[in-house]
Amino acid sequence: MKLLPGPLRRRRPAEPDGRPAAVPGDGDLRRGHDALVREREKEAERQRRREAALEVPISVAGWLDERTGLGPFMRGLLYRKVPPSNWFYTLGSATLFAFLSQAVTGVFLAMYYRPSATEAYTSVQHITNDVFLGQLVRGMHKWGATVMMVLIFLHLGRTFFFGAYKYPRELNWIIGVVLLVLTMVMGLTGYLLPFDQRSFWATVVAVNLNSSGPIIGPYLADFLRGGAEFGATTISRFYAIHMLLVPGLMAALIGAHLYLVVKLGVTAPPWMKAEKARELAKEEI
Amino acid sequence: MGAYDGETVTRRRLFTGGALAAGGIATTAFALPAVGFALGPLFERTEPRMFQDVGPVGDFNPQSYVPKVITIDASVGEAGKSTVYVRKRDPSRDTDHLHQPYIAISNRCMHLGCPVRYVQASERFICPCHGGVYQFDGKVAGGPPVRPLDRFETRVVKGRVQVGPRFSLDSHLHRFKVRDPSNHVDGLWQYIYPSRPTT
Repeated sequence: MKLLPGPLRRRRPAEPDGRPAAVPGDGDLRRGHDALVREREKEAERQRRREAALEVPISVAGWLDERTGLGPFMRGLLYRKVPPSNWFYTLGSATLFAFLSQAVTGVFLAMYYRPSATEAYTSVQHITNDVFLGQLVRGMHKWGATVMMVLIFLHLGRTFFFGAYKYPRELNWIIGVVLLVLTMVMGLTGYLLPFDQRSFWATVVAVNLNSSGPIIGPYLADFLRGGAEFGATTISRFYAIHMLLVPGLMAALIGAHLYLVVKLGVTAPPWMKAEKARELAKEEI
Repeated sequence: MGAYDGETVTRRRLFTGGALAAGGIATTAFALPAVGFALGPLFERTEPRMFQDVGPVGDFNPQSYVPKVITIDASVGEAGKSTVYVRKRDPSRDTDHLHQPYIAISNRCMHLGCPVRYVQASERFICPCHGGVYQFDGKVAGGPPVRPLDRFETRVVKGRVQVGPRFSLDSHLHRFKVRDPSNHVDGLWQYIYPSRPTT
């Protein structure tokens, strides 16, 4: 098991070394000598404890690894080779972090939010005005949604302009586009939940936009409203889609997205490739 | 190849197929009710709207609309209420064949459903969202709306005006089953935006 590099690896506890043999002499000298020995023993004990403390995470990791075989997997994940990259390559991770932030703040908002047409507005006012740090958590969720959209488009732009969507990564591009659409669905369904005038009428418009699609549009609108009119089922429907259905789909697809990133590796920036090609060309001449 | 000559389905194939079929049946058994549960409201009629009192006949005249509040869905409080513009039918002006004693026009804009308001000075209905404008009789005067404003059935009972179910209209004020805003109903459009079981 070689989970961690060099200095953190399992070591034998150090022997208390250089312990001098007891030398007969006069009392003072002997007392001084005893104190020195005690000091050294204490130091050795401290050293042993430090070593033992260092062992704890290693033995926990070892315990897990023996039972899961995660070691090689984690090594493959964390120590895989990546091309020389730059800050643009962090946009995907930033998007993932925005998603996680939305998930966490969303879970905590759900502790106070009531998804009913008559109570939604007052419960959101309660979160904003009364709950400790409620304004902050709601603000993080609200602005985090916009941040996530912006980051997705920057990440999409990086992928496009670096040509990272090409063979063999087309499937990851498709998964990414589905994730983009699902994020938009999150934005649409989340917008209704404060249930103020703005969110209500914006959602009326959004549902009627869906209705404008030929043939299936009117049925899609009925599905979203849970009937022909905005009613009691509409907001609970939007809430279930917003916090159960779509987040579950997104988590699964993000897993697939990351798996493919690790499996296929990261593309080098286009200019790196160009340089390589020139070197090759020189060699070939 | 099977265990004996002429065997067409091996034991292994039979059991593989059987296991897959059993899994498929089990999946369907819980997926179908779940999907039906979610899609059910698409095939149920939305609560039929009863006639609601909006005031005595004396409140209304043929020259101007009077805004009245009616309840569309009683279970959602303020969000379930809507404004309806009511006036008396003027036989010299209203040449439609809708046979309504009073004209009750919905404030739902036929572009995307924002609430329109009636402006007496210009005798127009005006939408705040995307600039839809309607004439005095609810026909489109300009902007993006796709058809005239919806109306409600009206009747007079014991000297009081009552407003009933909603209906939609094409550009010649012919009556249609309720459609969503943004759904055309003229000509072939009525088949591209079909009426649904919910209305």
